[in-house]
Amino acid sequence: MKKPFAITLDPGSSLANHTGSWRTERPVYVDRLPPCNHACPAGEDVQKWLYHAESGEYRKAWESLVQNNPFPAIMGRVCYHPCETACNRGALDESVGIHAVERFLGDEAIRQGWLPEMKEKETGKKVLVIGSGPSGLSCAYHLRLLGHRVVIMEAEDRAGGMMRYGIPKYRLPREVLEAEVGRLEKIGIEIRLKQKVNDVMEVMEGFDATFMAVGAHIAKRAYIPAGDASRIIDAVAMLHGMESDSRPRLGRHVVVYGGGNTAIDVARTAKRLGAEEPLIVYRRTKDRMPAHESEMNEAIEEGIRFRWLSTVKSMEEGSITVEKMVLDEKGFPQPTGEFEQIEADCLILALGQESELDLLKNVPRLETEKGMVKVDHAMMTSRPGLFAGGDMVPSEKTVTTGIGHGKKAARHIDAWLRNADFHEEEREIAEFGMLNTWYFSDAPKTVQPVLDLVRRQSTFDEVLSGLSEQNALFEARRCLSCGNCFECDNCYGVCPDNAVIKLGPGLRFRFNYDFCKGCGLCAQECPCGAIKMIPESI
Amino acid sequence: MSLQPVKFYQTGTFTVGNRLLDESMRAVQANMTRTNSLNSGHRACQGCGEALGARYAIDAAMRAAKNRLIAANATGCLEVFSTPYPETSWQIPWMHSVFANAASVATGIAAALKVKKKNDVRVIAQGGDGGTTDIGFACLSGMFERNDDVLYICYDNEAYMNTGVQRSSATPPGARTATTPAVGPHPGNPFGTGKNLPLIAMAHQIPYVATASIANLHDLEAKVEKAMGIRGARYIHIYVPCPLGWGSLPSDTMKVARLAVESGLFPLFEAEHGEITSRIPIRRKVPVEEYLKLQRRFAHLFGEDRTAIRMIQEIADRNIAKFGLEEK
Ligand SMILES: Cc1cc2nc3c(=O)[nH]c(=O)nc-3n(C[C@H](O)[C@H](O)[C@H](O)COP(=O)(O)OP(=O)(O)OC[C@H]3O[C@@H](n4cnc5c(N)ncnc54)[C@H](O)[C@@H]3O)c2cc1C
Ligand SMILES: Cc1ncc(C[n+]2csc(CCOP(=O)(O)OP(=O)(O)O)c2C)c(N)n1
Ligand code: SF4
Ligand code: SF4
Ligand code: SF4
Ligand SMILES: [Mg+2]
Repeated sequence: MKKPFAITLDPGSSLANHTGSWRTERPVYVDRLPPCNHACPAGEDVQKWLYHAESGEYRKAWESLVQNNPFPAIMGRVCYHPCETACNRGALDESVGIHAVERFLGDEAIRQGWLPEMKEKETGKKVLVIGSGPSGLSCAYHLRLLGHRVVIMEAEDRAGGMMRYGIPKYRLPREVLEAEVGRLEKIGIEIRLKQKVNDVMEVMEGFDATFMAVGAHIAKRAYIPAGDASRIIDAVAMLHGMESDSRPRLGRHVVVYGGGNTAIDVARTAKRLGAEEPLIVYRRTKDRMPAHESEMNEAIEEGIRFRWLSTVKSMEEGSITVEKMVLDEKGFPQPTGEFEQIEADCLILALGQESELDLLKNVPRLETEKGMVKVDHAMMTSRPGLFAGGDMVPSEKTVTTGIGHGKKAARHIDAWLRNADFHEEEREIAEFGMLNTWYFSDAPKTVQPVLDLVRRQSTFDEVLSGLSEQNALFEARRCLSCGNCFECDNCYGVCPDNAVIKLGPGLRFRFNYDFCKGCGLCAQECPCGAIKMIPESI
Repeated sequence: MSLQPVKFYQTGTFTVGNRLLDESMRAVQANMTRTNSLNSGHRACQGCGEALGARYAIDAAMRAAKNRLIAANATGCLEVFSTPYPETSWQIPWMHSVFANAASVATGIAAALKVKKKNDVRVIAQGGDGGTTDIGFACLSGMFERNDDVLYICYDNEAYMNTGVQRSSATPPGARTATTPAVGPHPGNPFGTGKNLPLIAMAHQIPYVATASIANLHDLEAKVEKAMGIRGARYIHIYVPCPLGWGSLPSDTMKVARLAVESGLFPLFEAEHGEITSRIPIRRKVPVEEYLKLQRRFAHLFGEDRTAIRMIQEIADRNIAKFGLEEK
């Protein structure tokens, strides 16, 4: 070939120069565990469903959500959302309103009649679930998704457990509950109502495994001397009565004794039934009340009064006697000997509940702990094939925890039925420090509309409204996508060596290790911490 | 799937792309079919800001010129790391020039195109700060003064990097270089020296002058696009950190560039015919220490006597006031 003067070589491309050999560290894409997912007791893949919601693909988002939790519309209303407490965005401005988006998706699914996809083949196995509270329903649902036949035996005449007979309507409208529970029946779960189980050993026969979630329904009592005409009732019975045709008669002056969420619900219900400024009496101080702050604030707004550092000594006709307490150095309330009379037509005890474990009387050598059933890592009791979860096992007593137990038990039951083991994959948590928050624009949290106060005090209409589509979309887009690529193209853009290959929408990226020099810019500039630098073996 | 309309984007316009945004609103660099004008296999150091700045600018210029582009390149890192004979990383018609005369070579190319009536082919000259502010300054000033139809891009890494980090007239006060060592009572580059080339370019009353940073890609691309839409002499001064010469981590290149802007040390603005027409306000203001402490060339300023840091802060504060960088 003829070449110009002094030229001996053809121009070549630098692609012949594989600069990848310079590298001492290599970038890799990872999917770290977002703190929201980590904190969710039901193990929801929050980041993942928010990702779909961000692009307006609500059906996809819902489908992803219900792989872990069958009840987004319920969750978005009653869950105490520990995910939001853990959310990394909280360190930036305010946490993402996860529950509000979840509720939007749940309500959308109800409106549109979406059903979860049944992918697994029928296994021919049959599992019994005792109790149709959130835990039992969740277990049944997940077992069904895995292809098993499920029968639920429920003592009451309607399903839902404490979601129906405990949580008041103004927080959880019953249409929502019915729609989400009804969906389980549509995918083939059989719920046998009014079938109280008296002996587990007896009913277990004929099933390949059994999951129990009978909750905790027996009210704890305190000894309070009371005259004949005085009215003392317990909280669970009172709330249960709200589901019958004749609503409980409480009188004008209602006193609630206890400091948990149940006490708050009872007082707010009493207010709606016509009681004048119901009073909550609690033996310790405000900051030690186990009730959630948001619920306490809502109660105060509605005119509920509180009396801290007091115990109820006795009840007379039309009044109660309380004793003032002081906290000792250890923070325990101690009596002062100072008494006071308070007007009360009715005293409602909200001192917590215990489980009724009578149905387990014939299970040989069953291990229990403080009136609850002991279970292992697989939610199995000491009796092989008998699993348990929810309020009847030691743990936090919430709807979401119960749902998480149900899911976990279902996956272990499934494995147990196949003589296999079920293992959860371990992922590194995407901590705030792993994010590059420069890239996120400021965006204040969306506020859910609140019902006006007069209606809150006189009706059982839902207090908090849902988000509009626009707002839900906005809120979903506040998510930082912690630890998981959301295709912002930063790595693709910032690599000085064009060593990041863009694979196209939804397909993410790939590194070209022939040219990656290992500078670490991509990892540093990834907004969500989805790239990790790992040492090269040289 | 409803991509539009959207009121809010998760990451605003700060990230390179955004899957929720319309393709036309994303950066050129987000595009799967971007030119990659500067291809892989170049020999720039790990995390080189200049390699990045050049790809950003030339890819954007290529898009604006519908791929009809010729570049003249002054010698310097950009040339040496991209084109060691017989290999090149450039995927555009590209011409070597000597250290001093990239502007003149580009002027010549533009003149030739004019004679050949090839109006659609556009010309770029590019070089480092040494090649621009020092040795190539006379050629550049002539190109400005004649209003030649060339976009000159200076990649400012604040010293002669290619030959081992010697001081240039763009080296900032206090910085240690091979020729301004950190010794004596006033270590590093003396205060009160140097020149501001964007302001000098403006004094030529040319149609367009802008400063840009690799840390603000959308702004950088918009400025290149705007410059390409104008005929006559245009000048863009791009701030490109050099991990080797500055003693910063290769992975911190973007961060260093970002902090230069956020501290007020490198103001981002545009000027037309000698008048400033826009500036980018600081988004999250930081003290200059945040910027300085990432770079070993400023390490000697962090001794007991912090006077130099205070003086650098004063420079930043003056910039902020002068260019109006704080959002009111
Ligand atoms: C007033 C109140 C408000 C609450 N608010 C919230 C809230 O806002 N958010 C939250 O997360 N948690 C809340 N909780 C807690 C939550 O309701 C419980 O933790 C949760 O319902 C427990 O679920 P579970 O499935 O274990 O039991 P449960 O919901 O109690 O369900 C147990 C079911 O088993 C049935 N059953 C019992 N014994 C038998 C038997 N022998 N045979 C057949 N069936 C049987 C019961 O009838 C019941 O349907 C609240 C609780 C109360 C009391
Ligand atoms: C006339 C002349 N003098 C000196 C050199 C040696 N030389 C080549 S590149 C360079 C420095 C380039 O500095 P700059 O323009 O800032 O580019 P950088 O390498 O920093 O990107 C020097 C001094 C030369 N090539 N020609
Ligand atoms: S920002 Fe998104 S991914 Fe991160 S914790 Fe919050 S909800 Fe989860
Ligand atoms: S930015 Fe490019 S060269 Fe640097 S580590 Fe990432 S892929 Fe490799
Ligand atoms: S010396 Fe600086 S400008 Fe030159 S290739 Fe290395 S990092 Fe880039
Ligand atoms: Mg230089």
